[in-house]
Amino acid sequence: MELKTIACRVRRSALQMIYHAGSGHPGGSLSPAEILTWLYARELGLDPARIDAPDRNRFVLSKGHGCPALYAVARHVGLLDPGQLSGFRKIDRDLQGHPNIGTTPWVETSTGSLGQGFSAAIGIALGLRHQQIAARTYVLLGDGELQEGEIWEGAMFAAHYHLDNLCAIIDYNKMQSDDLNANIMMLEPLREKWSAFGWQVIEIDGHDFGQIEKAFGEARETRGKPTVIVANTIKGQGISYMAGNPLWHGSVKLKPEELVRALRDLQTPEIDIEGYVNGSIW
Amino acid sequence: MAASGNRNEASAGGAPSLIGSSGDSLREAFGKALVDLARNRPEVVVLDADIAGGTGVHHFRKAYPERFYQCGIAEQNMMAVAGGMAATGLVPFVTTFAVFCLRAIEQARLSIAYCRRNVKIVASHPGLDVGPDGASAQALEDLAAFRAIPGMVVVSPADPLEMAQATAAIMNYRGPVYMRTGRSPARRVLGDDYRFELGRGRVLRDGSDVTLVACGVEVARALDAAQLLDAQGISARVVNMATIKPIDTELLVRCAEETGCIVTAEDHNIFGGLGSAVAEALVQTSPCPMEFVGVQDVFGESGEPDELAEKYGLTGIFIADAAQTAIKRKIAR
Ligand SMILES: Cc1ncc(C[n+]2csc(CCOP(=O)(O)OP(=O)(O)O)c2C)c(N)n1
Ligand SMILES: [Mg+2]
Repeated sequence: MELKTIACRVRRSALQMIYHAGSGHPGGSLSPAEILTWLYARELGLDPARIDAPDRNRFVLSKGHGCPALYAVARHVGLLDPGQLSGFRKIDRDLQGHPNIGTTPWVETSTGSLGQGFSAAIGIALGLRHQQIAARTYVLLGDGELQEGEIWEGAMFAAHYHLDNLCAIIDYNKMQSDDLNANIMMLEPLREKWSAFGWQVIEIDGHDFGQIEKAFGEARETRGKPTVIVANTIKGQGISYMAGNPLWHGSVKLKPEELVRALRDLQTPEIDIEGYVNGSIW
Repeated sequence: MAASGNRNEASAGGAPSLIGSSGDSLREAFGKALVDLARNRPEVVVLDADIAGGTGVHHFRKAYPERFYQCGIAEQNMMAVAGGMAATGLVPFVTTFAVFCLRAIEQARLSIAYCRRNVKIVASHPGLDVGPDGASAQALEDLAAFRAIPGMVVVSPADPLEMAQATAAIMNYRGPVYMRTGRSPARRVLGDDYRFELGRGRVLRDGSDVTLVACGVEVARALDAAQLLDAQGISARVVNMATIKPIDTELLVRCAEETGCIVTAEDHNIFGGLGSAVAEALVQTSPCPMEFVGVQDVFGESGEPDELAEKYGLTGIFIADAAQTAIKRKIAR
């Protein structure tokens, strides 16, 4: 399947999950759809039958609230059964409101408290290198998440230990919970901050698969230091009424007509729309 | 080059005499035991936040430099990094002062406990035992806080012998553990035949009128109290409750039934620590008069550990007084 098609379906599934759950974060689930699609469809090379292989590549969603997109991607690459998506945020079901290793073992570490997934990913990268395992570790950060002090503790640490098996991606959608980053706490100059901390910095359009492919290739070739990909994205990307509007950060309750409009924006075949809404299609 | 040479010559006494881990402290016992125990356990790694000399892991750094990871003064990152390293099969021992474990407790909660990682958090400098550094460094809340995290085992050994055995036990246990060591020289209170078992309390001295349940430095003081009580014609049983969670309910129930009243003693706030754990265990099945010896919900201050123990009511005399009160309440029932 074409990457663009997968990303489009990821957006549909993510919004459908949030609709049926009655809560969840749409904006930050839509902005990283291409990056997550690339990671799971091309970069990580995971084998669902050997998901605990010691030499697998690792991915950590440090901005854990974006997990509808993670679960959606997992469903499209065979790590989850389609029917599992209906359990998102529901009692006695697997898909927790934030990633949880206990109920979804292919999740590498539980997240949801911003900043921690980054450190855990650094620990994974260090642990792999300590044991001379060649696998790589990827971690997706929110831009608002960068305001956590722990991020900069980790940034120093990863550079100090020359963790070139580690690649962080910043979902640079310029927004966080309440408002634009710039109005909450200034992040710029962002590239300069990371390179001053000793990281290889690559800036791309996070919705462009050509640029994504090139950036991940460069990260793989980088030696002696960790890489950060600053991915410029649009919060709510793909949905006309959400894109660029901080109000859709979440956690929100989607109305049926809002889901329908979103599905139309995502070129969902008219014949399937009813199924997404009533939960007969996942 | 010349400048740094001059600096050394300029200091009148040569090298300063550093006050690090030494002698019979629990941190020293931990640090040395870890070196022995890790010899054939290549998966054991140590994480430090710039205080190895204070926590006792400088011995490990010297013995196994390639397994020692300096994290800088960044405890939150260190704690979650440990969780990540454990995810790859390593067994990290994260070490810092107890009070700075509190700073990173949310990382311990999410990235270690919620993930059920095989990480050992070993905290030196607990309680008033810290002494002259004062209240900012004296963790009186750590047992309460770590005990409240699901799945977290909480241990506070009493003397160097038990510390070595407990270090072995937590290394062999699979899951997250919080263990207190100690800063100041610790008295030997356990015989050579003593055997630590995770989750089990031990009767150190038998008695029939009251049971004194203690952990850490308070075990030695509870034994002092038992002697004082003996001189007053009271037979006190002393239990070393080195594992605070999971607590040895079976032993506690037996003590409550056989002695009829209980005194707990800990170098910790009276809220949430050993005393609370004992009360919770007993109140459901065998409630009995109980008294709590500990710090009375206040912060400490600078002073030598013994002076502080005296001022804040942690010495044997206070435990003995509490025992008298508990016995009176028992008789009045
Ligand atoms: C430590 C912590 N503080 C606060 C929150 C609550 N919170 C959840 S998402 C969010 C905003 C995140 O913004 P950003 O990282 O930019 O994410 P994105 O825009 O990609 O959704 C906040 C404040 C949290 N999850 N963790
Ligand atoms: Mg953002």
